[in-house]
Amino acid sequence: MAATLAPQAYITGVGQSEVGIKLTRHPLLLTVDAVREALGEAGLTIGQIDGVSTYPGRVAAMPGFSPVGADELVDALGIRATWYAGGGEITSQLGAVVAAVGAIRSGQARHVICFRTVYEAAAIARPDEYPVQRRDKTEGNSQWFSPFNALSAVTWTAQYAMRHVKKYGLTREQLAQIALTDRAHALLNPRALVREPLTIDQYLSARMISSPLCLYDCDRFTDASTVLIVSAGDALDEVSCTPIRIAAMAGTVERLSWDQAEWMACYATGKDLWKRTDYKPSDVDTAQLYDGFSFQALAWIESLGFCGVGEGGKFIEGGRRIALDGELPLNTFGGQLGAGRLHGFGFAHEAVTQLRGNGGARQIKGEPRVAVAASGGGPLATALLLTRD
Amino acid sequence: MAGYNSSSARPSPRLDADNRAFWTGGEVGELRIHRCQDCQGYIHPPRPVCRHCLSDRVAPTVVAGTGVIDTFTVNYQKWFPAMDVPFVIARVALDGVPGVYLTTNIIGCEVDAVDIGDRVRVKFEQHGDVWLPLFEKI
Repeated sequence: MAATLAPQAYITGVGQSEVGIKLTRHPLLLTVDAVREALGEAGLTIGQIDGVSTYPGRVAAMPGFSPVGADELVDALGIRATWYAGGGEITSQLGAVVAAVGAIRSGQARHVICFRTVYEAAAIARPDEYPVQRRDKTEGNSQWFSPFNALSAVTWTAQYAMRHVKKYGLTREQLAQIALTDRAHALLNPRALVREPLTIDQYLSARMISSPLCLYDCDRFTDASTVLIVSAGDALDEVSCTPIRIAAMAGTVERLSWDQAEWMACYATGKDLWKRTDYKPSDVDTAQLYDGFSFQALAWIESLGFCGVGEGGKFIEGGRRIALDGELPLNTFGGQLGAGRLHGFGFAHEAVTQLRGNGGARQIKGEPRVAVAASGGGPLATALLLTRD
Repeated sequence: MAGYNSSSARPSPRLDADNRAFWTGGEVGELRIHRCQDCQGYIHPPRPVCRHCLSDRVAPTVVAGTGVIDTFTVNYQKWFPAMDVPFVIARVALDGVPGVYLTTNIIGCEVDAVDIGDRVRVKFEQHGDVWLPLFEKI
């Protein structure tokens, strides 16, 4: 048999549910809202979907963190799937898209729904409905952190940020630009969770959470679902939207530990991404970079080669470079600090929106052709290079 | 002492074959890190195989118990009501144990007195059946 070229993979439909806190709409229905929007945009019907991919699958111990599993969606929507996957043991949230691309390129599926549904604010508000399983002992990876009351990812991320403060002179005024930029962009996004401006004075006087990260450096629990449909290049005659090509992908697991790795995983991921494409950092029209904690976006800027390691603070100083009309518009939907904790998928959703020119009030100027979307950054990292060909 | 939480509300590790030497060494004042008997590399978190040479001849060994603060943060957020804040969470690079870091608390000083590069020494604190390796400045 003659060798055939594996089909390219494209993001076709994208969709998003309402975004809020303490929503009462069923998390499966939020997911279906996002699916409907994505199908409508792509011009596909549910009968054409033959794959489903999610991160991190249903997590019974933390029902708000991931309330809907891939198998549940397959069953609930009557999808005839030839491939599906859902799990947290992958290179962060957008790893679910990477997995789908593998299925597409190997011919196992033609149109894959990738989704991330979060329901943490609602679950905390309704503990009877969404009970958290409490254990009297800690084990596995958490045993190396929780006995020292290093209970949140903010305390782990803050230590990488502190190294930048001490070693490279990162200032609070510089770091503030991530949150300020996010909040400024969120004002232009009708679906953003936080639609109030943030001033530098408010930022500088905010209470510390874990130094050097203050309240405004941290995202907050959000209820929402985001969907990306990944389609095969030889199935594009079935879709009616402008397909966005997944031109390169990279991912890293850096010891799956927040303290044994010398560097955050984003640094290796950023380098690897550029080894797999002829595009260069200077070709990127917009960057959508994970910012569950502000410092992660700064680390991604360095990791992807937009500036040198340790130069991220100077790069974002004043905020002009990363503004909507700057040389590298960052997190144009508001990022997780402004648009809500969509948990990784929001970045790819926005990259596609911008490349299609569908950004509305927040659309960047010109005709953007190349975008980077990144998720994670700490021990796990994924980066996607997206192009409008 | 400001910034140090000694309450019993700390989550406590469940002891098993892999981690028992680490969490109980403090009973006799020993900081124990797994080491490969073939290539002499250190393995942490402790597992029954060497991550450097794949040998399964690994065993806990006693290390110096001193080190350097690689990085740190001052935690101000009360993650549960009984938590005393602020306190220091640090990543300590252990002397003589290349490639191994411990997340820990720096105790015995004000939170503002901690910096990257500070030399520290282990001080164990018993919580039930485990001895937590906390560190204080030398």
